[in-house]
Amino acid sequence: MAEYKFHILVCGGTGCLSSNSHEIADGLKDAIKAAGMEEEVKVLQTGCFGFCEKGPIVKVLPDNTFYTQVKPEDVNEIVSEHIVKGRKVNRLLYVDPENEKHISDAKHMDFYKKQMRIALRNCGFIDPENIDEYIGRDGYQALAKCLTEMTPEQVIEEVKKSGLRGRGGAGFPTGLKWQFAHGYQADQKYVVCNADEGDPGAFMDRSILEGDPNSIIEAMAICGYAIGASQGRVYIRAEYPLAIQRLEIAIAQAREYGLLGDNILGTDFSFDIQLCFGAGAFVCGEETALIHSMEGQRGEPTIKPPFPAENGFWNKPTNVNNVETFANIPVIFLKGADWFSSIGTEKSKGTKVFALAGKINNVGLIEVPMGTTLREVIYDIGGGIKNGKKFKAVQTGGPSGGCLTEKDLDTPIDFDNLVAKGSMMGSGGMIVMDEDDCMPSVARFYMEFIEEESCGKCTPCRIGTKRLSELLKDITGGKGTMEHIAELKRVSQVIRDTALCGLGQTAPNPVLSTLAHFEDEYIAHVKDHTCPAGKCTALLKFKINPEACKGCTLCARKCPVGAISGEVRKPHTIDQAKCIKCGACMDNCKFGAITKN
Amino acid sequence: MAKIKSLEELKKIKEQAQQSVSLRVKGDNIENLVQVRVAMATCGIAAGARETMNEFIKVLNEEHMDNVVVTQTGCMGYCYAEPTIELTMPGKEPVVYGNVDKNKVHEIVEKAIKGGEMLDGIIPVTHNTVE
Ligand SMILES: Cc1cc2nc3c(=O)[nH]c(=O)nc-3n(C[C@H](O)[C@H](O)[C@H](O)COP(=O)(O)O)c2cc1C
Repeated sequence: MAEYKFHILVCGGTGCLSSNSHEIADGLKDAIKAAGMEEEVKVLQTGCFGFCEKGPIVKVLPDNTFYTQVKPEDVNEIVSEHIVKGRKVNRLLYVDPENEKHISDAKHMDFYKKQMRIALRNCGFIDPENIDEYIGRDGYQALAKCLTEMTPEQVIEEVKKSGLRGRGGAGFPTGLKWQFAHGYQADQKYVVCNADEGDPGAFMDRSILEGDPNSIIEAMAICGYAIGASQGRVYIRAEYPLAIQRLEIAIAQAREYGLLGDNILGTDFSFDIQLCFGAGAFVCGEETALIHSMEGQRGEPTIKPPFPAENGFWNKPTNVNNVETFANIPVIFLKGADWFSSIGTEKSKGTKVFALAGKINNVGLIEVPMGTTLREVIYDIGGGIKNGKKFKAVQTGGPSGGCLTEKDLDTPIDFDNLVAKGSMMGSGGMIVMDEDDCMPSVARFYMEFIEEESCGKCTPCRIGTKRLSELLKDITGGKGTMEHIAELKRVSQVIRDTALCGLGQTAPNPVLSTLAHFEDEYIAHVKDHTCPAGKCTALLKFKINPEACKGCTLCARKCPVGAISGEVRKPHTIDQAKCIKCGACMDNCKFGAITKN
Repeated sequence: MAKIKSLEELKKIKEQAQQSVSLRVKGDNIENLVQVRVAMATCGIAAGARETMNEFIKVLNEEHMDNVVVTQTGCMGYCYAEPTIELTMPGKEPVVYGNVDKNKVHEIVEKAIKGGEMLDGIIPVTHNTVE
């Protein structure tokens, strides 16, 4: 076997791939061949490193050098300088924004310092298309331990003891869920992995599947053993082609090794997994809708109970867990429930993966212990707000969640704390907003999403979300009244109380929480007809400052609707009734005489 | 791929597979390991730095010394004494050795790394490595 001196890891997550990381990997291989060092240097593509903001990422080991924003044309320099001559390529190193120093080891970067990787332990570390690499990282040892040393009851007990709660949104205790499914008798049971991930801006589950698909396979097999199921299904949206491809490769390799199939590791336990593809409807992430979709029916929810544990896929007892929930399972058996439950807060154990997005410097995928504060996530890891703007709010829990503001920044993040603050953990999307974001517009964005995604089965959600969306359109369009605000509250309450499934029941949350924190902003829209953030075009007023206007007539000539008039060398004026708020006048004024607000 | 039929067989595959990821595991933990950095400037390479590096890797593997990691560095400026290496024991100041040929490699592994001794051939460090 060749003794490699270096491993070069190239990020093969979706983000970096779309910035040509494939070409980078191929280019590195070519350059290494040209240098005659193929025997000494191994190049491989891994899953996501998380620091998407600075992608594509290339990491050189064992000296642990972390290169950022690498371009295909940089590969020759990396090989000729770093690999051949031992000189790091400084210009590709991360620069600490605090002191402008180059940092070569990712461990010293603020982005990574406060992180703790359990679910993402192998992402950006192994080649996800090679099962041996997973096995080399203790892969399938947890399954072996469960099958050969533990009874199903003991397996369930261990998961209960770990305190693991579902990462798909609701935070239900995982061990308890397994116990329910275990308790029902049937000739066939199913383990389902929910990889629908429909929250806008979320990419946690996708990254786990792309970076470490075997951890999900192993965990599902453990779950199958615990509840007495020989069949598993992964419900994954067809919009995730790379995750699907890597899962398929992993399943095929696991079958070849006999880690899936009959009599796994020579025991009586048999288990296999198939993939089911979703068409990308948000509601299909709800477990009953998901099950109907897998059965070939319309992706519509049904009332619970009965819960899937009793009556699920093909009416058989079914255990549904989220991808990230499963990703934690093998580690719990390798390191013990006590170790796992030593991390986190009293009622939320372990870590949580978040997809950081919005107006934040370090957009990316992070994993932190439960109990980390929002401030640490946004400022220490996320590097603060883009362009030095002021923080306004952070939306957690996606379209079902709510926003949190400045006064909540020191809240330790866990399931219960976020609910107490009027939002929720959700699956881990975190969208940061700054002073330029208009909150009624944010609510409107989510409501339009929900209106679109409502399956239409129950009236409150189908019609109610449409009404909410219309009210918000009026408010942001300058046609709102105080009556609109009262109506928003009333309709929200009715939807909450009467919708059939979680989608409808939580749909008003973004409205209610933005109203709770930013009612004055709503009032400014309807009473003063202004948008304090300057976002709502319909409410914008372009004005010419007569002191600064030189009467050059340029704006009048640029205005496409002839709304500007005035004599040459005299201050001009804008006819608000004619103005279409295109901003052409302001863009063209050479004297800065035109303002908007 | 043959089927894995028992825990023992899985363990065997794991041991093989572990080697293929061990370089990365080491990199992740580099601060707690003994580091041998071989200077790879043109003069170092001409003087046999590659052979020196290969020898280190070979010996350390034969001895199963997983607590040592071998990396490269740029020119350290001691062209008269190439190949040079920089040895860092965890938590200690680095020490630079010159004229490290194959024999010296064995001596460094046996005495300096295993025994914690200071050997002849240490070059006083006057400036920082050019990276
Ligand atoms: C509208 C809606 C969308 C959902 N989308 C997802 C999803 O994309 N992924 C997911 O794992 N759970 C989703 N859930 C939660 C699931 O119904 C279910 O609770 C979860 O898959 C259980 O797994 P867990 O206990 O491991 O969290 C959604 C729920 C609702 C109401």
